[in-house]
Amino acid sequence: MMVKLVSKNFDIPEAYTLCVARENGRYASLEKLFKMSPDEVTTEVEKSGLRGKGGGGAHTGDKWRLIPKNGDKPVYLVINADEGEPGTFKDRQILEFDPHLLIEGIICSSYAIGAHHAYVYIRGEYVFWMNRLQEAINEAYEAGILGETILGNNYALHVTIHKGAGAYICGEKTALLESLEGKRGHPRLKPKGKEPEWFFGNPTVVNNVETIASVPYIINEGYGAYQMYGTKESPGTMLFGVSGHVEHPGVYELPYGTSMKEVIYDLCGGIKNGKKLKAIIPGGSSVQILKADEIDDITLDYENLKAHGSALGTGGIIVMDEDVSIPEVMKNLFEFYHHESCGQCTPCREGTGWVDRILAKILAGKGTKEDFDTILDACDMLNGKTICVFAPSVAFIAQSYLKKFREEFEALLH
Amino acid sequence: MNTFSFNHANEEKFSDLLERYPDKNSLMLPSLWMVQYQEGWISLDAMQYIAKKLECSAMDVYSVASFYTMFNLQPIGTYHLQLCKTLSCMLAGSKTLQEHLQERLGIRAGETSKDGKFTLSLVECLGSCGTSPCMRLNDDYIENLTIEKLDALLEELSK
Repeated sequence: MMVKLVSKNFDIPEAYTLCVARENGRYASLEKLFKMSPDEVTTEVEKSGLRGKGGGGAHTGDKWRLIPKNGDKPVYLVINADEGEPGTFKDRQILEFDPHLLIEGIICSSYAIGAHHAYVYIRGEYVFWMNRLQEAINEAYEAGILGETILGNNYALHVTIHKGAGAYICGEKTALLESLEGKRGHPRLKPKGKEPEWFFGNPTVVNNVETIASVPYIINEGYGAYQMYGTKESPGTMLFGVSGHVEHPGVYELPYGTSMKEVIYDLCGGIKNGKKLKAIIPGGSSVQILKADEIDDITLDYENLKAHGSALGTGGIIVMDEDVSIPEVMKNLFEFYHHESCGQCTPCREGTGWVDRILAKILAGKGTKEDFDTILDACDMLNGKTICVFAPSVAFIAQSYLKKFREEFEALLH
Repeated sequence: MNTFSFNHANEEKFSDLLERYPDKNSLMLPSLWMVQYQEGWISLDAMQYIAKKLECSAMDVYSVASFYTMFNLQPIGTYHLQLCKTLSCMLAGSKTLQEHLQERLGIRAGETSKDGKFTLSLVECLGSCGTSPCMRLNDDYIENLTIEKLDALLEELSK
């Protein structure tokens, strides 16, 4: 069931060092890369159908195409390693076990878009992983893989790690750029038409760690090899992180389209301590919850989960057994979202706290039936009235939990 | 009278970083980190120092420093215990660990012990969901945490 395109070297001892990494195929794609034109590289990635693995699922090639050709401004590549979505812990595996794969991906991607400086924005908590990547970058500079000429090719590239400081919203790409520019991490308004992101007014691409780490395989093996895996709409593989009440939590690289049941019951050894399954959050805590009886037809790909009223998100699957109190889960998430709202838009700043307080009241046994209506009203105010998708996601969480587990909330009313 | 200044190593690091960004405003977070690693926390004096270096207002620095939860705007204990309370860790029993920690240290979350040794914080998702429950001890992650592990650790740190 598992396919190892990105995670191929994860189990090899010391594959994080340049020497072992090279013995196991790292940087092999570069010879091919510099024989191609940047446009050909972009086309290859476009044809592979590679989709962003940070949560949004946008086509990577389309993003790269937005960079103006022969513009007079410098172009930047920014790697989003601000992994902070509850339930998600996949990018750190790449940083820990195969940082040279990320650097190789950065070189391929920078060459395609014409960037000569790439920034890796890592969440501040990941000090160990940041050091691991920095060591790999230092080794790459010393070996002439990064710097003024990449392995003797006439292409300069520098990579700088930028350390975040504990703000979930900085995982949103425009907030990340604001943060990189030295400001509060406030998301930017979306432009009307399609355009690249901007870093100090320069055209910029922001891609997730795993997305970039998938590029060398596509360059090496060709787009057709990548499309052999996954589904038509979601080609390739993804690192799925499973946490919560399963016997074997962990990160598994699987082709899109894998059955959720197989993942939970075969790969992860089923529900812990022989309990029954109650619910699953399939793609990080900001997507809608699924009840146990809803997962029979669930496959792990963008289109299937969308059709079932949820989302693939970051592939962070949280599994909950029969003993879990859903109102407590919802309260836990609202504490998180209230704490992490950036505060820029009033509906989000106030609404998340409002719902959190109502949930506290319900859990204290002081709730009334009207509280449900108040939460749903607050959701209407959260949805579609703010700058970024943080507030709408929070609204969808509240609506899905109240709809699917209403009786559990009602049982708490006095 | 401003009493803060970067030490020599940070001064050098600051100059190196200036070369690596298109605009010096990008040095805001790196500068705040340098202060925090140098002093353990970020004082108003230090913010004024950064403001001068980055040619912005001290209020700009304060606005940024107070936005990000990892910056300590007041002194903290020698050992900063940051226990994750978000969903996967909650499902794995972080609440019990929190109660145990509070009892053993005699402080509540958000407080520092009288001897200045321990600060206990509850934090949102550490990105360690597959190895939950998880806690940070200063810069290190301690994963698959149990009460026994916690007791052994506190024993070691109290020496």
